[in-house]
Amino acid sequence: MLIFRMIQSMGQGTAFANFTLAQIMMLCFGVLFLWFGIVKKYEPFLLVPLGIGCILVNIPGTGLMAPGGLLFDNYQGIALVIYPPLIFLGVGAMTDFGPLIANPSTMILGAAAHLGIFVALIGAKLMGFTIAASSAIGIIGGADGPMAIYVATKLAPQLLGPIAVAAYSYMALLPLIQPPIMKALVPLEERKIAMQKLRPVSRREKIIFPVMMIFIVLILLPPIAPLISCLMLGNLIRECGVMERVSVTIGSVFLDIVTVFIAVAIGSTMSATNFANVQTLKIVLLGLLAFCVGSASGLLWARLMCKVSGGKINPLIGSAGIAAVPMAARVSHNVGIQYNKRNYLIMHAMGPNLAGVLGTAVAGGIMLTLLGVK
Amino acid sequence: MANLMSPIAGKVIKINVKVGEEITDEDAELFIIEAMKMENTVFCEDLGTVKEIKVNVGDRVQEGDILAVIE
Repeated sequence: MLIFRMIQSMGQGTAFANFTLAQIMMLCFGVLFLWFGIVKKYEPFLLVPLGIGCILVNIPGTGLMAPGGLLFDNYQGIALVIYPPLIFLGVGAMTDFGPLIANPSTMILGAAAHLGIFVALIGAKLMGFTIAASSAIGIIGGADGPMAIYVATKLAPQLLGPIAVAAYSYMALLPLIQPPIMKALVPLEERKIAMQKLRPVSRREKIIFPVMMIFIVLILLPPIAPLISCLMLGNLIRECGVMERVSVTIGSVFLDIVTVFIAVAIGSTMSATNFANVQTLKIVLLGLLAFCVGSASGLLWARLMCKVSGGKINPLIGSAGIAAVPMAARVSHNVGIQYNKRNYLIMHAMGPNLAGVLGTAVAGGIMLTLLGVK
Repeated sequence: MANLMSPIAGKVIKINVKVGEEITDEDAELFIIEAMKMENTVFCEDLGTVKEIKVNVGDRVQEGDILAVIE
């Protein structure tokens, strides 16, 4: 009898006795993420650790997400706003802002493509989310992963999982989402426009740019200081020319490692109670709306700029105004090449694309300022 | 004589022509240049014979750098 009772209590201590249906569903999601990452090679750097985080948090009784547990401690990297600025440091070190400096007028496209954020915000409010949660959902439309995580952490930490997953999934799906919108909104003749060579940008300009941005953004929008200062520090390390070893490391190895930590942390927010509900579905839909509206408004503004400039701007670069660097610029380039083989839009599209990074940060900063978050 | 210039900044990953080769097809894919992890094909601007190739596989080029001289 004693042995029977021992076996029984051991059985109850294992996960099998404690699984809920929602947890099993989330485990399937975790495995699905792994499959997409490993077999389909969709963003493996992100999906593999994300899948593992999701699996770990949905096995009952491990205590990993309880205070002191491994996942709990790792999650503090997001909760205490440590990882997103580190990601931005790495992104700064691998980003050449040259195309934006060479053609500052593309800044307008970076702003125009952010209409999606505000449309999704209003949509979320109408669906019954609080204003803070709606803002965090809207920021998905910026297509900037770390920024979405940052704003969500500040405004709606309980929604972080679905918001981050929606933002990163749609970024990976851009090559499917954007081309139909581009073909619907830009007439055939305009798709063929080849753009003039960008002017060369001097080293001095590239050094002054990050320093200047730190001053401007930090004075105007202090809430996004942690992200922008790190982005620009990373960029200065890249462009100053005397820290090449550091620049290469933080732009590659360091960035990859922090990405693993942040992806595990996002995965660990995907517990069944947080994720398996109707809210997640609404967020996923609103995120798609934000991406589509943002791409469309970028394209329409680019068409206007095309007209004003007398046909010097190919409107296809407009959809690159959302911040997914360099995915959105690649989509512009690839659509352009279908209509004119000798058209190399990639560098021209990088201008609005980089402006989009700053645009999303500014939109996030405005939201945090208006909602009074420090 | 015409200089074939790189339409894009990036890394030369493939050269499909040799010196002395005659290019008769407008759509011949002469060079492949990688930029932003994408392969970009460089076509010729004028048909003719390749006089000189100025780059090697693995070289980094800027937009406007001369890739080859075609006569």
